[in-house]
Amino acid sequence: MKKVIVIGNGMVGYKFCEKFAATEKFSEYKLTVFGEEPRRAYDRVHLSEFYAGKTAEDLSMSSANWYEENNIELHTSEMITEINRVQKTVANHRGDIYQYDYLIFATGSSAFVPPIQGVDKEGVFVYRTIEDLEATEAYAKKLKAQGKTEAAVLGGGLLGLEAANAVKNLGLNAHVVEFAPRLMPRQLDKGASDMLQAKIENLGLQVHLSKQTQFIQGDNAIEGLQYIDNTELKVDMLVVSAGIRPRDEVARECGLDVGTRGGILVNQQMQTSDKSIFAIGECALLNSMIYGLVAPGYDMAEVAVQQIIGGDAEMPGTIDMSTQLKLIGTEVASFGDALNEAKEEIDEITFENKRSGIYKKINVSKDGKKLLGGILIGDSSDYNSLFQIYINGMKLPEQPEDLILGSRGGDDGGLLGDVMDLPDGAQICSCESVTKGQICGAIESGEATDVAGVISCTKAGTGCGGCKPMITDLTNATLKSLGIEIKDGVCEHFELSRQDLYKIIQVKGYTKFDEVLDNHGNGGHGCELCKPLIASLMATINADTANEEYAIQDSNDRFLANIQRNGTYSVVPRVPGGEITPEKLIALGEIAKKYDLYTKVTGGVRIDLFGATIKQLPLIWKDLINHGFESGHAYGKSLRTVKTCVGSTWCRYGMDESVSFGIELENRYRGIRAPHKIKGGVSGCIRECAEARGKDFGLIAVEGGWNLYVGGNGGATPRHAELFAEQIDNETVIKYLDRYLMFYMRTAKPLQRTAAWQERLEGGLDYLKEVIIDDKLGIAEDLEKEMKTLVNKFKCEWTQAINDPEIMKRFNHFVNSEEEDDNIVFVPLREQKMPEPWK
Amino acid sequence: MEEILKKYKTIKLDDVKIWFKAASVNAFPKDGGACVKYKDLQIAIFNFSRLNTWYACQNLSPEKNEMVLSRGMIGDHNGIPKVACPLHKKTFSLESGENLNGDLPPIATYPVKIEDDFVYVGFAE
Repeated sequence: MKKVIVIGNGMVGYKFCEKFAATEKFSEYKLTVFGEEPRRAYDRVHLSEFYAGKTAEDLSMSSANWYEENNIELHTSEMITEINRVQKTVANHRGDIYQYDYLIFATGSSAFVPPIQGVDKEGVFVYRTIEDLEATEAYAKKLKAQGKTEAAVLGGGLLGLEAANAVKNLGLNAHVVEFAPRLMPRQLDKGASDMLQAKIENLGLQVHLSKQTQFIQGDNAIEGLQYIDNTELKVDMLVVSAGIRPRDEVARECGLDVGTRGGILVNQQMQTSDKSIFAIGECALLNSMIYGLVAPGYDMAEVAVQQIIGGDAEMPGTIDMSTQLKLIGTEVASFGDALNEAKEEIDEITFENKRSGIYKKINVSKDGKKLLGGILIGDSSDYNSLFQIYINGMKLPEQPEDLILGSRGGDDGGLLGDVMDLPDGAQICSCESVTKGQICGAIESGEATDVAGVISCTKAGTGCGGCKPMITDLTNATLKSLGIEIKDGVCEHFELSRQDLYKIIQVKGYTKFDEVLDNHGNGGHGCELCKPLIASLMATINADTANEEYAIQDSNDRFLANIQRNGTYSVVPRVPGGEITPEKLIALGEIAKKYDLYTKVTGGVRIDLFGATIKQLPLIWKDLINHGFESGHAYGKSLRTVKTCVGSTWCRYGMDESVSFGIELENRYRGIRAPHKIKGGVSGCIRECAEARGKDFGLIAVEGGWNLYVGGNGGATPRHAELFAEQIDNETVIKYLDRYLMFYMRTAKPLQRTAAWQERLEGGLDYLKEVIIDDKLGIAEDLEKEMKTLVNKFKCEWTQAINDPEIMKRFNHFVNSEEEDDNIVFVPLREQKMPEPWK
Repeated sequence: MEEILKKYKTIKLDDVKIWFKAASVNAFPKDGGACVKYKDLQIAIFNFSRLNTWYACQNLSPEKNEMVLSRGMIGDHNGIPKVACPLHKKTFSLESGENLNGDLPPIATYPVKIEDDFVYVGFAE
């Protein structure tokens, strides 16, 4: 058995082990790993989340027994101090000797601390390991106890900004000090830096550019930074994040070739000057470069594994350094030659919108044929497409500015056009290096038949997940090209789609789940996917509440409340448009007090009462209903709120009565069951205080009426609603919305929000306008009629519940005892309570 | 919290020493469940009327140790009767207790019999 020793247990060192363990030949090798840190490899990229509540264990790259399960020997808190290349042995700091056949340096880097006078003072830290963070945190606590709050971060690069965010998370005022005249000088130009600066300053961070520190003030502890230009910054703490230095000291001592400015010299096979020794990650000097990003580090790990087991993988001569990330809540992406470092004759196209904090720049070759690079700040949703166009040298649109401005007029087929036009070598998942060819190949070979299969056999999409939409599109397009019908059956019990089931239930007039299952199912007994779906369809089609056939309702609908972490529920009464009388507000407070409920204003600006047991739910609702409240349907796939700004009744800028109209709309659509939740917003002027464009439907009052926007949402993939109609009156708004919502309810997939539905609608927004406004399909009248039925038949399902003894029977934890669940434990939280944390 | 999981052990029909009279059959919805208390145990009982069979298991979801399984939807996966936990839709076989869509530890299951319209659950003690 050949012995492989890895020095260093960081992200790249771990990836090497993972990739090695996944090869068929792994059983022929014995792998031993030495790490000088006390814990298993962890995710250094997300280190700043440590202060946001993540534990060291959360950040860990593997489970506690992963090494053992894979028969890998892991030595933590052990430093390799000596290597004997003739004997092929390594020795740790205690002098224990280990034999190797192959040796891997994955020692990474250490923080570079510039030689500034006074960096050894108390209160100066680096930002690299969990231990560094713990020391910083302890010091910050001490400072805060003394009423001191100012902390500087030296370095305005990517890591420096991460560190600044971490410092801010500690509750200190963070100052970013950068030597260069702009932030992230290696990735951003001045315009992008300005926009990023404005955005992070908005969040309370302060940025000091073009500042060179001469020395650090203070006697024992740091008191400030003295700059060369004779200005100063008074701070109580400093975190140095001015770059990295490869950890090559042991390699240097054993006589391996190293670069003049550090880094273990390697060839394209990741071999050092000794053929049985490899170096990977930030300690390796490849192509005369130290690559400080994790993706190239992972590629190096793969190459080293392949070289050892006899493969012929190599690293390319140039490595793409494009990145897309979220920095202090701001999307930042740069790709290709964003700063025109090649100094060629190019055309720069920039777009800047200070109002919404968006900056986009692309560099295009003079002949307008090639995309050379670009920068996106504030909105990087087009990064994937732009990156594919750049890396594959794809043809640009006639007006290259369309790439960042979108096509203005005409049909909008997306930036890329057809995903199948990408070359086979196009890298779709950069985290796991999976190409289009591999994804399509997995389907063509029959290895995978759907998206989940593609992901499990190629590993594409298992990293950051940003490429998933593209994987889905490629999978569907490949299936289509093979003539395979894409199954959109809702689950294993039905081959029918939601839309098909909708039509069947409507035509046949079914009112029971079993009727649908017995007549149209596959012979099974239903499941947690088809049951709530059919319950929702029947509620829509038959204008029912969720109190019908409660065993097929989703668990929240079954108890008409939102289940929370410990099995208790939360209660949200409807407050239409957010308008509430003082009496009702007091009543809510009294009721919350009576039942000892944790009280919070929700994201949808309603009042949420948490911690109700099943037994308490009807009691709470009786009280609420007595005070004139009704169900807020926060638990249902139905209308939540119509958020409003105060509008022209009070606001001196208001153009129309946003509150009045918001209340009317919320009361109109309350209670209707839809494929997913629906939110609305009404703003009284273009200042848009109701954030209406982030909702499924949004209205903004303008001169001459309302502008109607549709298909927006927040969530994991935020999307602005699109302008659907301009300057229309209240009546027309309702007409369009009735049709729009009903059309969505008829045709969307299960659990598909309006945004995703609209995006995938063939023909896009133009088609939608033809259906809704021009009535191209001749269904407008039906849609309006169906919506009208739903509106007229509305009843509050909680009022219905508390007046029906049969329904009331559900609200007991036990059917054979009046006792409550004795497993529920609350702990105090800021004068209120919360469920005991999950272990 | 670990302790609480240990209280629930699968009982086979042969191991039953006590048939506990839990509740009337009417206390359970068609193709749905409810929870009963036996000593300091919480047991979820399901009336799988499409299969004309009753099932019982621990009410405790092993994912986060919350007492919620009786409120979950039931159904089948490739013919295996199952319950879906209301918290994160983890599904468990009502026969073997096995977690069907993950690698959580299995849940304990118990024998059920119906006599004179009453539901009885079998325990060893």
